Amino acid sequence: MSGDIAAGPVPARPIPGSGETRRHVLVAVVQNRTGVLNRVASLMRARDFNIESLSVSHTDSEDVSRMTITIHGDEFHVEQATKQLYRLIDVLKVQDVTDEPTVQHELALVKVRATDRNRGEIVSIVEMHRARVVDLAPESVVVEATGTEVEVDALLTLLRGYGIRELVRTGAVVMARGSGSIEEATKR
Amino acid sequence: MTVAKGDGGGRVTHVPSAGTSASDEIERARRDMLHEGRMQKRTRIGADVLCEALVRQGVDVFFGYPGGVILPLYDVLGDYPELRHILVRHEQGAAHAADGYARATGRVGVCLGTSGPGATNLVTGIGNAQLDSIPIVAITGNVPGALLGKDAFQEIDITGITLPITKHNYLVRNADDIALVLAEAFHIARTGRPGPVHVDITKDALQGETRAQHPDEETVVAGLPGFRPTLDGHPRQLRTIAQEIAKARRPLILAGHGILIAEAEEELRELAEKAGIPVTWTLLGIGAIDETHPLAYGYMGMHGWKHVNRAIQSADLLIALGMRFDDRVTGNVKTYAPHARIVHVDIDPAEIGKNVAVDVPVVGDVRRVLRSLLPLVEPVDRETRATYLGQLAEWRLESEGSSWHGSGTWRTGLLSADYVLEQIGEANDHDATMVADVGQNQMWTARYAGYRRPKSHLSSGGLGTMGYGMPAAMGAALGRPDKTTWAIVGDGGFQMTIQELATLVQDDIPVKIALLDNRKLGMIRQWQELVYAGNYHSSEMVGPDYLKLADAYGIPAWKATRPGEVRPAIEAANAVDGPALVWFEIASEQNVFPMMPAGKGLSDLLEELEEQL
Repeated sequence: MSGDIAAGPVPARPIPGSGETRRHVLVAVVQNRTGVLNRVASLMRARDFNIESLSVSHTDSEDVSRMTITIHGDEFHVEQATKQLYRLIDVLKVQDVTDEPTVQHELALVKVRATDRNRGEIVSIVEMHRARVVDLAPESVVVEATGTEVEVDALLTLLRGYGIRELVRTGAVVMARGSGSIEEATKR
Repeated sequence: MTVAKGDGGGRVTHVPSAGTSASDEIERARRDMLHEGRMQKRTRIGADVLCEALVRQGVDVFFGYPGGVILPLYDVLGDYPELRHILVRHEQGAAHAADGYARATGRVGVCLGTSGPGATNLVTGIGNAQLDSIPIVAITGNVPGALLGKDAFQEIDITGITLPITKHNYLVRNADDIALVLAEAFHIARTGRPGPVHVDITKDALQGETRAQHPDEETVVAGLPGFRPTLDGHPRQLRTIAQEIAKARRPLILAGHGILIAEAEEELRELAEKAGIPVTWTLLGIGAIDETHPLAYGYMGMHGWKHVNRAIQSADLLIALGMRFDDRVTGNVKTYAPHARIVHVDIDPAEIGKNVAVDVPVVGDVRRVLRSLLPLVEPVDRETRATYLGQLAEWRLESEGSSWHGSGTWRTGLLSADYVLEQIGEANDHDATMVADVGQNQMWTARYAGYRRPKSHLSSGGLGTMGYGMPAAMGAALGRPDKTTWAIVGDGGFQMTIQELATLVQDDIPVKIALLDNRKLGMIRQWQELVYAGNYHSSEMVGPDYLKLADAYGIPAWKATRPGEVRPAIEAANAVDGPALVWFEIASEQNVFPMMPAGKGLSDLLEELEEQL
């Protein structure tokens, strides 16, 4: 090596994606065209991004859909996921809302084993968690819970003691607090 | 399935691309008459809209293969004499030809296949275009809409297959949608970072009557709100680049494919000259600068020149322009360019920070970025760079003067590949379009032919597709008939798409083929020798008598086995008006050196073997 260059050990160049990982929440606003969910899912798989949850729905405008994507990764990794999503022609806007003030809720439906003896107990647990019973049957109740992932987890921990027969969770849907609108930002 | 069709009915299937304005005029009149004549007998169907769209996009030649569901298109194709259709022998050849056409001309290439196997045969070529950012539009037929999803004959979910290997794709089920989709497809393929777009059209859409009009570019853009590539670099970032250049003592430009795509060769040269910065290039960046320019330093990476990799490892500033820090370029990222700050200009934001962390990211079209940057850059005189440039020159002399290449013979009496490539380059005044296949032949083509102009070197970089060379050369020769086209192929890759020899003959496509025959899969053999302890499994390869083979196709051919036979054979092939083949029987165990073993860094080059000294 030349004398012009400082001698001695040089620190290794950092490799993108090797930093500390955590859960990130991305909101993607997409054109509601055939196969758009397939495109997003296929990209995440091909690029080796591990999706924790993904929820899709219409927005108020019928040709635009909205996805909430939860993934694990470091800053570089998640930024790369965002940029790759932007390469899809149908993707209008992607925002990492992890560090923004947001409302993050999910919906869970739980079918819990119940008897005449413990039904009252279950109902009071459900009420304490601001969830509600939406179906009553001789040997079970169906509970509807909404809230943050942590809140739903807490309720499930208690209900598990009675026996959960069926469980479905939507995964988080997210909206930033305040008057800004990610959807309006896509209309240029 | 091929369908032979008579020349009757006023159909003209092969018309050379028009040249003069007078001939354009005649063509137009003829077309109008034809259309008028047919309009009385039949209505306008989806297949017509497809042809009209190709004509509107300026397509003069495209490559395809008929089959059941795409026949409605072939049924009307004769009515569009300005569209020259080249019947290939395998759809992979069509996709590579479209790719070669696009690389040689900078325009969108078009290929066509039927449903099922026709479509899956295109897949390798589409993937190749995706990895190298080549603008092609691949069109396939599909079964009638009512049969979709029913496992009909020759039905396959081809849009599902091409989804992850295209920039975008479409399934068209209605004749009314063809015009807009084709307009979008061409716009997407060539705009921003180029890439392949696949359009799958059902048979009933091709046959359906329609009055749909072709949209103008404005309507197309308005309909794609999610596709707005950033073209201009951020002014603050441009100022930062200028400051980085002013501070740097050992700056180096890394020129990539983006320079050629954006046609920023002039701006690149101006930047290099103004700030006295040597220019190195990636495999696909070959031709970004004339290799004889005093600041042109060389080809980088795994099989790049030692002096180039040495310069990268000692640089204090890398200015990466339209390249993506591929692993063949960086080697082990941890030890890559340890002293350098990195400026990275690319039109695709996703490329920035993907493989290496960079200090100054700039998103934009590299030509526009350089144009805005140039006035901000302080001129640096040669005096200031004297020590630096002097040292680089010394390194270069050392590396180019190594004993194991360029000597004309490799081991007494055997023909060496580097000599053949040097001779092909020289015999064509370094102005031919050189199309490499993949493997050792590709690296020799990159290193030894010598390039003076952009788009004169075509190579399958990202996907590394063996069999690419000859069909891509077909497209290049048709796209640039003003240049001689040479396909440089090994005996392995040649035999993968050898069937296109018949296409060269049928359509009289003047591709000159240089077959570097070492009776081996040379790069495999090299790795087995150097990395797998000489365990030579499945790298021996028997080939046919290529003179007899060429003769069977009616292609003039020569064989060269000694250095003295090389130049005359090249010149004989060049003198042929049409395709020709030169069979170079090269040394069977010549390696490409230097070589950076996988996982190692640019400072860990294998340079030679004892026995080869």
